Amino acid sequence: MDQVMTIAKTHHAEKVVRIIVRIGPLSGIEPLLLESAFSISCAGTIAEEAEFLTETLPIRVLCNNCGVESEAAINNLLCQNCGGYNTKLLSGDELILARVELENAD
Amino acid sequence: MCNTCGCNITPGNRPLVMAEKPKNGVTTVSVLQNLLSKNNHQAEHNRAHFDAQKVLVINLMSSPGSGKTALLEATIKRLRDSLKIAVIEGDLETENDTKRIQAQGVPAYQIMTGTACHLDAHLVHNALHHLALDGLDLLFIENVGNLVCPASFDLGHHRNVVLLSVTEGDDKPAKYPVMFRAADLMLISKTDLLPYLDDFSAINAEQNLHNLANDAPVIEFSAKDGNGLDAWITWLQSEITAYKALLLKQQTQRPKIQQDGQLLHAQPGNSKFYPVSNKAKVHK
Ligand SMILES: Nc1nc2c(ncn2[C@@H]2O[C@H](COP(=O)(O)OP(=O)(O)OP(=O)(O)O)[C@@H](O)[C@H]2O)c(=O)[nH]1
Ligand SMILES: [Mg+2]
Ligand SMILES: [Zn+2]
Ligand SMILES: [Zn+2]
Ligand SMILES: [Zn+2]
Ligand SMILES: [Zn+2]
Repeated sequence: MDQVMTIAKTHHAEKVVRIIVRIGPLSGIEPLLLESAFSISCAGTIAEEAEFLTETLPIRVLCNNCGVESEAAINNLLCQNCGGYNTKLLSGDELILARVELENAD
Repeated sequence: MCNTCGCNITPGNRPLVMAEKPKNGVTTVSVLQNLLSKNNHQAEHNRAHFDAQKVLVINLMSSPGSGKTALLEATIKRLRDSLKIAVIEGDLETENDTKRIQAQGVPAYQIMTGTACHLDAHLVHNALHHLALDGLDLLFIENVGNLVCPASFDLGHHRNVVLLSVTEGDDKPAKYPVMFRAADLMLISKTDLLPYLDDFSAINAEQNLHNLANDAPVIEFSAKDGNGLDAWITWLQSEITAYKALLLKQQTQRPKIQQDGQLLHAQPGNSKFYPVSNKAKVHK
């Protein structure tokens, strides 16, 4: 929210219309809980009526064995190409403020 | 407010959260990230304390009742003559676990977590004011019984040990991937009960852990009949040796908390700004 407000302020926004957050399934963050926390913390601010959207990020792993990048499931992070477990997570454990949509005064 | 289960604010970080709050009462995403980065900062500070005293610190995590305290009691019985051990207990309400540890003749300090469901680095730092580290070889931190959020908080410790008792089912690593990805060692506890259970397979549990691209070792044990405790003691001793060797090279040990994706993606500049509408006139 601080980030949202900072962005809103630097752009002289009157109103925050939409907030889009990207959540990786392995971040340990529950989208629904984050959403309710958001609506509580937006009360009384220019983001009061903002629509809050969460996008789930895909889980992608890079295999250290065969070098192939593949999409994985939350409880199966093995390489989908060779089945190796020596993989590095490329995405899936992050929480990113992706976009803020604003209404400007000019 | 919790980034996982609704209660990220613990007595240890509450002052920070309050200071963080601007006038119009906003928090959340940035606070979540700040909270974690403040926690990480505090964790590094804690680790510096531990490294200065050369004490290996192990974070024990599991569901409630998986046998963390029973494991500690059995471990202390075996090692108290050869190593200096202390314990930090995170417990919601009671001092039972702390009393059980103290009864084994080692220092234990209880962090009353109240309604919080995990320990954080600030709570652990506060506990250090009540526990002498000098001369210690091994410090255990018994985290709050919870397979969800404790995994997201670095305490400044060196190793994560996750217990899975045979009564919980062998599918737990698949159901709680965030926790089990963080395990440096998985312990399967209460194996004395295996004859009464027909649906727990240690092989399946290990396969589910393996599927998380985690090749951590797995040790089966029972605090009740003592089976498997030798392997656990051997693991502890080899970890102490490895840790001391790292210290000699001016390095330290870090627990497996992989936030590779977070590190790769959460760079500043990833926040994009799109002015979608110029409806200002309508509003004026
Ligand atoms: N059969 C059997 N029971 C065990 C074993 N270890 C612990 N228990 C029992 O499991 C229950 C919980 O054990 P604790 O050691 O208190 O578990 P804990 O993980 O510390 O529990 P919390 O701190 O409340 O999360 C107690 O009733 C123990 O007697 C074991 O190896 N075998
Ligand atoms: Mg206990
Ligand atoms: Zn591969
Ligand atoms: Zn919580
Ligand atoms: Zn300090
Ligand atoms: Zn928690």
